[in-house]
Amino acid sequence: MAATMSNVEEIRTRAVLGEFGVKNVHSSDFPGNYPGYDDTWNMQTFQKNFRIDIVNLEENSMEFDMVGIDAAIANAFRRILLAEVPTMAIEKVFIYNNTSIVQDEVLAHRLGLVPIKADPRLFEYRDAGEESAEEQGSEIDTIQLQLKIKCSRNPRATKDSSDPRELYLNHMVYSSDITWVPIGNQADVFADSVIRPVHDDILIAQLRPGQELDIIMHCVKGIGQDHAKFSPVATASYRLLPEITLLEPVEGEKAERLKRCFSRGVIDIEDVNGTNVAKVVNSRVDTCSREVIRHDDLKNVVKLARLRDHFIFTVESTGILPPDVLVTEAIKVLMTKCQRFLSELDSPSVE
Amino acid sequence: MAAEGEKKPVLEMVQADGGDEGCVTFVLHNEDHTLGNSLRYMIMKTVDVDFCGYTITHPSESKINFRIQTRGGVPATEPLRRGLRDLTEVSQHVLNTFQARVDEFKERQEQPMD
Repeated sequence: MAATMSNVEEIRTRAVLGEFGVKNVHSSDFPGNYPGYDDTWNMQTFQKNFRIDIVNLEENSMEFDMVGIDAAIANAFRRILLAEVPTMAIEKVFIYNNTSIVQDEVLAHRLGLVPIKADPRLFEYRDAGEESAEEQGSEIDTIQLQLKIKCSRNPRATKDSSDPRELYLNHMVYSSDITWVPIGNQADVFADSVIRPVHDDILIAQLRPGQELDIIMHCVKGIGQDHAKFSPVATASYRLLPEITLLEPVEGEKAERLKRCFSRGVIDIEDVNGTNVAKVVNSRVDTCSREVIRHDDLKNVVKLARLRDHFIFTVESTGILPPDVLVTEAIKVLMTKCQRFLSELDSPSVE
Repeated sequence: MAAEGEKKPVLEMVQADGGDEGCVTFVLHNEDHTLGNSLRYMIMKTVDVDFCGYTITHPSESKINFRIQTRGGVPATEPLRRGLRDLTEVSQHVLNTFQARVDEFKERQEQPMD
């Protein structure tokens, strides 16, 4: 109950959406800030309060609640998902022939953005050294793909046809035309998970009779920080759980108006002894539009807030890895970062 | 100072001349808000820490200056080490919880099929 909650507790746990701004946005639960509170880090308290609830988990998307953690750490997970979980993507394009109207560099860029279904955990990063990575790649760090296609007239087309789909063969180049050329023992290692583009229907170029593409591509392991094509997610975001509290009973016409101020499903109208009374049933689905503040007689009746430690995560995968695997990988990346600096601290090179 | 030349430094320590070891700026190479802010939060949760903050030196440089000032003569490396350990522990707990919940969710989804 926000109405009866002590003011300090509200400052510590809620971001309040007011008429002219948002209050208590920052974390302030640090030692010494509040008399009577012990804010030093305590692993037991954290483990007791921390909770994850999976709301939805599908092939390429998931939603889950992460409760009882600070925004700094939740945001680290989100940022890592976007920019630091590695994937395989086309990095080098060797164009032996391109007579299509798509310029070489544009074609190379388009190819780079095609998501490649290959488990990045089974590959190594290529050496950063410029000379060593010039052309050669080995089976542990490179996937070779080929796109070799030529457009021609369809001999079986009807004479008076004007439909390109009937007139020509291979005039649309799709991602399904990209074929995998295994290097070394890759054919055996990836026998049960053939490497190919995630989607078969990505249009790469359009050709006319006589035009052709002859291309070899090298995929390497990389992270989204380097180029967005390496990002494993279509999007990864979180929002804070909204909390809507009615400070006094809202009845009759006002109740109906209040209901329309919020997203569908947030406010329900109940019949109490013949009068319609508004009740908050599901504040989670609210978009926090703050429409209610435009109504002078309603704005002081309702309190809008968000729980600062309740994160509703949405992760949409590009299809290379399942979303739950992406989240676990992201958490592992953060742990690796910490370990890197811990070992550096203990090494004698830092004075 | 970390070795210069061939190998790129990961972590450097910068101290003012005559300053005590409780006031140190750590230079974390190849890091940004991701580690900077979460580590700052963990370190600010420590009692001995007087100040903890970080800056990104320049958008085109991939390093952060991470400043720690402690009280009572505690060396600044101590809260940094503790912060990194705590953050690892937190991540481990989040990972375990997440995997447990995902497994539960997948089991629950399979059951109604029977």
